[in-house]
Amino acid sequence: MAKRLSKASLNGFLNYGLVILAFLVVEMMRSSGQISNSLNGQLVPICAYVCMAVSLNLTVGVLGELSLGHAGFMGVGAFSGVVAAVSLTNIIPSNGLRLLLSILIGGLLAGAAGFLVGVPVLRLRGDYLAIVTLAFGEIIKNIVNCLYIGVDSAGLHVSMTNSTALGLAEGGKVIMNGPMGATGVPKLSSFTAGFLLVLFTLFIVQNLVQSRAGRAIMAIRDNRIAAESVGIGITRYKLTAFITSAMLAGMSGALFAMNYSTIVAKKFDFNTSILVLVFVVLGGMGNIRGSIIAATVLTILPEMLRAFSDYRMLVYAIVLIVIMLATNNQKFRSLLSRALPHLREGLPAHAAGKGGSTHE
Amino acid sequence: MTFLSYLINGISLGSVYAIIALGYTMVYGIAKMLNFAHGDVIMVGGYIAFCATSYLGLPSIAAVLLSMAVCTVLGVTIEGLAYRPLRSAPSLAVLITAIGVSYFLQNAALLIWGSAPKSFPSLVGLEPLRLFDGQLVITSEAVVTVIACIVIMVALTLFTGETKMGKAMRAVSEDKGAAQLMGINVNHTISITFAIGSALAAIAGVLLCSAYPVLLPTTGSMPGIKAFTAAVFGGIGSIPGAMIGGILLGIIEIFGKAYISTQLSDAIVFSVLIIVLLVKPTGLLGKAVNEKV
Amino acid sequence: MMKTKLLSILLALSMVAALAGCGGASSSAPASSSASASSSTSASSQEAASSESGDAAPESSSATAIKIGFIGPLTGGAAIYGNAAKNGAQIAIDEINALDSGIQFEFNPQDDEHDAEKSVNAYNILKDWGMQILCGTVTTNPCIAVGAESYADRIFTLTPSASSTAVIEGKDNVFQMCFTDPNQGVASAQYIAEQQLGSKIAVIYNNADAYSTGIYEKFASEAANQGLEIVSTTTFTDDTATDFSVQLTDAKNAGADLLFLPIYYTPASLILTQAQSMGYSPKVFGVDGMDGILTLENFDTTLAEGVMLLTPFAADATDERTVSFVQKYTEQFNETPNQFAADAYDCIYAIYEACQKAGITPDQSAADICEKMIAAFTAEDFTFNGLTGEGMTWSTTGEVSKAPKGMVIQNGAYTGM
Repeated sequence: MAKRLSKASLNGFLNYGLVILAFLVVEMMRSSGQISNSLNGQLVPICAYVCMAVSLNLTVGVLGELSLGHAGFMGVGAFSGVVAAVSLTNIIPSNGLRLLLSILIGGLLAGAAGFLVGVPVLRLRGDYLAIVTLAFGEIIKNIVNCLYIGVDSAGLHVSMTNSTALGLAEGGKVIMNGPMGATGVPKLSSFTAGFLLVLFTLFIVQNLVQSRAGRAIMAIRDNRIAAESVGIGITRYKLTAFITSAMLAGMSGALFAMNYSTIVAKKFDFNTSILVLVFVVLGGMGNIRGSIIAATVLTILPEMLRAFSDYRMLVYAIVLIVIMLATNNQKFRSLLSRALPHLREGLPAHAAGKGGSTHE
Repeated sequence: MTFLSYLINGISLGSVYAIIALGYTMVYGIAKMLNFAHGDVIMVGGYIAFCATSYLGLPSIAAVLLSMAVCTVLGVTIEGLAYRPLRSAPSLAVLITAIGVSYFLQNAALLIWGSAPKSFPSLVGLEPLRLFDGQLVITSEAVVTVIACIVIMVALTLFTGETKMGKAMRAVSEDKGAAQLMGINVNHTISITFAIGSALAAIAGVLLCSAYPVLLPTTGSMPGIKAFTAAVFGGIGSIPGAMIGGILLGIIEIFGKAYISTQLSDAIVFSVLIIVLLVKPTGLLGKAVNEKV
Repeated sequence: MMKTKLLSILLALSMVAALAGCGGASSSAPASSSASASSSTSASSQEAASSESGDAAPESSSATAIKIGFIGPLTGGAAIYGNAAKNGAQIAIDEINALDSGIQFEFNPQDDEHDAEKSVNAYNILKDWGMQILCGTVTTNPCIAVGAESYADRIFTLTPSASSTAVIEGKDNVFQMCFTDPNQGVASAQYIAEQQLGSKIAVIYNNADAYSTGIYEKFASEAANQGLEIVSTTTFTDDTATDFSVQLTDAKNAGADLLFLPIYYTPASLILTQAQSMGYSPKVFGVDGMDGILTLENFDTTLAEGVMLLTPFAADATDERTVSFVQKYTEQFNETPNQFAADAYDCIYAIYEACQKAGITPDQSAADICEKMIAAFTAEDFTFNGLTGEGMTWSTTGEVSKAPKGMVIQNGAYTGM
């Protein structure tokens, strides 16, 4: 038992090391001006997607429930974070502090949304849970499209009709403008903030997984009935994992939103949820490091493929299919391992997934 | 009268969802996989029918048959190349592959047919029914879609219930390993399932585009998601359930728009879905699966 | 198990290497926009944009062409607008380069999938390429995000079609070729009131689209000023843009005799089709997004008979420049150009004329070019005649002033009103 634990924590330290190393390398490149604008501009989104992937891995890989609405939580965090950041402009002048506070508020509200969704729906299973999370993401998108929020000296104003109905006083500012989304978002996010958020996410997820609660969660995943029979409170542990996951998604949403001067609800639709799910599955279910690497590589990949111009997304689709086949098909794998003998043992663990299937 | 006309519009929208959901549920029921590329096969079906009528000048029936043939080949090819190698892989790996296929089809269509929308010529082409002095209008597309939907549902139910192939399908859906031991060719059976599902997608594509005559490379994606929702709503895997789910979804969407708010129509549809699933966790007609202890 | 760990470390290292690699590759091609102009290579745009181009030795001769970047949705749901604009711009670039006027352009279009994040990525790719002037982005929300970046970097930006006022707000370097949304809303309401086109108005707009909502809001407030009565207001979203029976029934029951559609032509074609099958035939008034409805392949143009719209461009206009543009476009791309193509075509020519006026040369830095272009565009004597308007001028806010043309569709063709 002791040996297993130490292995797990070693693995965790390795993840921290990897992230810190990547951060140092990139920072070195930045300070010596050896980084392309393209990569430089993607650093914050990469951090946000890494957090998204790690947090979704908690739901999909560790808890074993398929969620198709993870981007919905990201959206809740993004918009509440932006509203917080804009309305606190005069109260908290320090950018760093304001970013921290906005990320925390984004996380809190997304966590609350996770609680609201989680309590009723976690008794559903498999595809039914998946469709409810998908529905939740669509509902969030639809509501944000009709939501107008402004701020003036009297505080926040909210309306569902249009921006003039907000009744803002002189000097007031419309933060969220219906389908326009939030415009004029202060650009507070930085790579350092992203890096710290990734470390925080890793810290939370890895400690949860290695704790007593984490073992209970994985027991539920592997055999719900057996877990219940030894006295594990299913709902409580499921909720813990789900809310944590939603909260972390909200925090990364706030980070993401404040990297761009505008953010719209459409960004957080079904397609983004799927994108993050791809990161998780490709990185390996329950494999945190896999998620980090897959999120980074797959975020950069479409930009690297720009040389294909019109065929770019076609190539991306083919790469996606081929990777899934290569990592999951026995024949493909043996072919690959004959070509690259030292990989023989490696590939299955990388992708085949330690996690159980979600479809029972 | 307005109520009646909303109801009819809801049914005609819903029957389009239903016909797509039938394909979804068929593939899910047998192969136990969510084929997210189904919506894009529908789009391909629409484009094929469009080319057949507009460029080749084929009559409607021939266009539909051609489109069904192409989609069947496409479906079987996709299954053989992308899904069959993953038969023993975790189901999420298959899901991601299906999404890859969906991206592929959309972008291939963009390259082949361009990004400009095409106006789809209605392949039904009959005069709409006008009742009560034109107060109530029922389009011929709606009538044909509802009829096609019912015919397909009955045919599928009979096929899976009565024929030898259908029994093989049900055996595969219960237990692949045991079916194989009984001498059923699992790969072959699943291929047939995909062939049927894709032929249905072609019909759905033609009917979808006849009723709402705009054709784009992304035409299939949103109806695909709605139909997936409908299939879950009715109890995924259940053939009558898919039809009921689809039609109810259409009616809820139209009534939500008409009597609550056009702005929040999506939110209304999905909220109703969540509530239904909370009351009946396996959908309207879904079987409750007994868990082995 | 040991090997598993080894492999994951290997993968991790390869990731770091990849990061280092794509950063390093660009280092030999100067990354900062200020220095890039002098060392640009004559390699074709695509190769130059890819990261492998780093080892190509900069040519000793000074650069010969001004680098113009273009960003728009070339794939995804909004691909129609991006591709049309790209094609229109390409035609203008080819024409100018064939002129032998001393100014040569190098053109590099990049895809943004109508997404702010991808758009900023594309912008950064173009910066690595050494972009000096940006023509884009085509759609509104990406343009707001990219505009903030180009404002900070001082790169002159002229958008063909991002029409929200938020695009130009507070950014002196961002200019528009199209009308702003509020302008269109106000102009439409005034036009309807002046011409007494209808007394009871129904509006159907896309409440998930900034363009559509922007026009609607101003239209509604101006309509109140003009004494027009809006009897029915209904919406749809991109996800529900199939069935319009509810919206049309609402308009019909409210007795609306004029239908105002501040939306794009794809959903508009569905609305017209469904209105006809309902037996409802109000007058229809559209905005510039409606342009294109006649070129929709296979569309029954009799459905659009009598539709009125305010648009700056009509593909069947008979003036020489439009005819030649439409002919070239049809030959090269096998489609009839819409207003996005015309706007982008005008953008390139406006940039060209301003470049001539300001004496821009390829060896100037993007920041210098930006200041000169801003001065040229806002100069009192700078007017531009293009496909989408005569005598266009720009205010210091970046807003264009040109007159919208009222058009009505008769016998399947536009006729001036």
